[in-house]
Amino acid sequence: MSVAELSTGGFDIRRLWTDRRYRSLLFQLATLVVLGVFIVLIVNNVIQNLAAIGVNYGFGFLSQPAGYDINQQLIPYDSTSTHGRAAVVGLLNTLLVAICGIVLATILGFIFGVARLSPNWLIARIITVYIEVTRNVPLLLQILLWHAVIIQLPTARDAISFSDTIFLSNRGLTVPAPIFGDGFSLVPIAFMAAIAAAIVFAKWAKREQEKTGKIYPVFTINTAIILGLPVLAFLAAGSPLSWEVPEMGRFNLRGGIPLRPEFVAMWAALSFYTAAFIAEIVRAGIQSVHRGQTEAAYSLGLRPNRTMRLIIIPQALRVIVPPLTSQYLNLTKNSSLAIAIGYMDITATLGGITLNQTGQAMEAVMLMMSVYLSISLLTSIFMNWYNRRIRLVER
Amino acid sequence: MKQAVSALATAGSIAFLASAASAATLDDVRAKGFVQCGINTGLAGFAFTDDAGEWDGFDVAFCRAVASAIFGDATAVKFTPLTGKTRFEALKSGEVDVLSRNTTWTLSRDADLGLTFVGVNYYDGQGFIGRKALGVGSATELDGASVCIQTGTTTELNLADFFRANDMSYEPVPIETNEEARTSYIAERCDVYTTDASGLAASRSTFENPDDHMVYPEIISKEPLGPLVRQGDDEWADLIRWTLNVMINAEEYGVNSGNVEDLAGGTDNPEINRMLGSEGNMHEMLGVDQTWAVSIIKNVGNYGEVFDRYLGPDTPIALQRGLNALWTDGGILYAPPIR
Repeated sequence: MSVAELSTGGFDIRRLWTDRRYRSLLFQLATLVVLGVFIVLIVNNVIQNLAAIGVNYGFGFLSQPAGYDINQQLIPYDSTSTHGRAAVVGLLNTLLVAICGIVLATILGFIFGVARLSPNWLIARIITVYIEVTRNVPLLLQILLWHAVIIQLPTARDAISFSDTIFLSNRGLTVPAPIFGDGFSLVPIAFMAAIAAAIVFAKWAKREQEKTGKIYPVFTINTAIILGLPVLAFLAAGSPLSWEVPEMGRFNLRGGIPLRPEFVAMWAALSFYTAAFIAEIVRAGIQSVHRGQTEAAYSLGLRPNRTMRLIIIPQALRVIVPPLTSQYLNLTKNSSLAIAIGYMDITATLGGITLNQTGQAMEAVMLMMSVYLSISLLTSIFMNWYNRRIRLVER
Repeated sequence: MKQAVSALATAGSIAFLASAASAATLDDVRAKGFVQCGINTGLAGFAFTDDAGEWDGFDVAFCRAVASAIFGDATAVKFTPLTGKTRFEALKSGEVDVLSRNTTWTLSRDADLGLTFVGVNYYDGQGFIGRKALGVGSATELDGASVCIQTGTTTELNLADFFRANDMSYEPVPIETNEEARTSYIAERCDVYTTDASGLAASRSTFENPDDHMVYPEIISKEPLGPLVRQGDDEWADLIRWTLNVMINAEEYGVNSGNVEDLAGGTDNPEINRMLGSEGNMHEMLGVDQTWAVSIIKNVGNYGEVFDRYLGPDTPIALQRGLNALWTDGGILYAPPIR
């Protein structure tokens, strides 16, 4: 058919099929209708079936008393609190293990990634074996393994103690708890002030360098400011800090801060599993920077550590950050396996006990899905912002 | 077009509904030729696999009784092992036809979850087991202890109530299955393990040195355990309920697997005659064969026989009848009459 034919004459029903533009519209419309019908079918089916088996639908259960206890709670909670609060306690436990996991996995991943490229034959081989083994064993098994190993530690009665202040047993690692006295609030204030001062100094030093070419030891001076100022504030306030040392009670250690075996097992399993993937990403990132870049930097007279910091890492990060984001998201989502060893994350509280006691499966699952979705989207937004910040400025 | 879509949608959802809803469970069961029964993933005495890999136990026997009532065949049953968390969804979604998995009858489960409890086949209560070496003689001395608990059960709520009422602190250690709870308790991850007293006795019997452990005297809750079905199919619920009642009544009337065939021909006792089908038409009211009760008792036994076989004093679990004795023997087991 010709263009002239298209522009002349009124609408003909056959053109829905013969005209490519209309045909593509028709197909898109048909797909949309099929999708719509499918969604309507599913929703209708669910509503009718729920009505048929007499289940009440709604989120009212979140304000009912939960009636169960949770062993690890970052905010005050007891069995008279609501199901909603129990869900928040679970959410905080999820975030705790996810954030701790991301930090440790990143540190380990970078170390292992660099070590795998090490010229030292033994180190490179050990890391290779570690990465291949860890990446290829299901995470659930690794979580169970860590847990099984940890609960075989000595019992609380025979806990291994480090100078009677830190105790390690199969009830977890118990460390002294800090008790903050009057005037301790000066310390965090001083810490904030130190960070602000460090940022100001770094900006000033950069301007000076651009103006005069003189390089200041920014890192050393800023470290001194950030560490020194809070310490000075602490001493000025009269050292308002004491420690509550754990003591053996009738059954368990009393006092102190316990790191429960379930948390430690989750943390270790998630970190070591994800670190193996991150190590490969880091290796790929470093290897993606051409050797010529290093040689060019050397020929300009840059020393090796400055070459690494100014030439290699900025280019490697461009390759590293996007897949790193996926790993962070995976780690957070993988933390939902925690129920396997009884770590009380949101899947165990809201999606486990609450779901079971109230029977509101649809609502609980939908809430959990939106919680994980929100965490993942926020992580993505942050990582995308970081990615934009570090990308190469092309001229 | 819009009308067509909504008509299609309605038709579609009705079609979906017909397969998922619980219109006539008995007909569905007859059509597929077996009963799908939800049981525990493993609890000595109640649901376990024998040497040949076949499921056996107190709860399993009830499934076989249902199969006998419908098909006259105790093997016309398939089992789905379910955890405390998955059991209700499995029943509600139609994955299993009946749930016989030491499940506590509570108001919220009965009224809010869309389930129907048909009766009680074991009167239980929650207790604690601990090592004798702990030097604890009573559950009221457990302040500060770590307590292993199977998550997704009523025991979790009772535990919280008990410690709150006695103003004691504790660390709950939630565990998914009875088997894992046992492992954690043995490894001393927790000081005591709490579940239904029957379950404690069952677990204790599997420990290496059962005598090193003791069940504390406190029973902190009422746990009437029984079979349950989906809400909305009263005929099916009736059949399951009267299967249980036949087993209890049979013990009361002295009918057992040994003498049932002789008695089925007719006796001087009209109660027995009505139950075994030689008088009246009770089976028609339930929609099963005339020999339904005879099959149950012949294939599975009466309540007392089943109890003795899996839980009684001659088994490793060694439970006394206690509350579960007939009302005529000082217990509270009392089944409505068959008439």
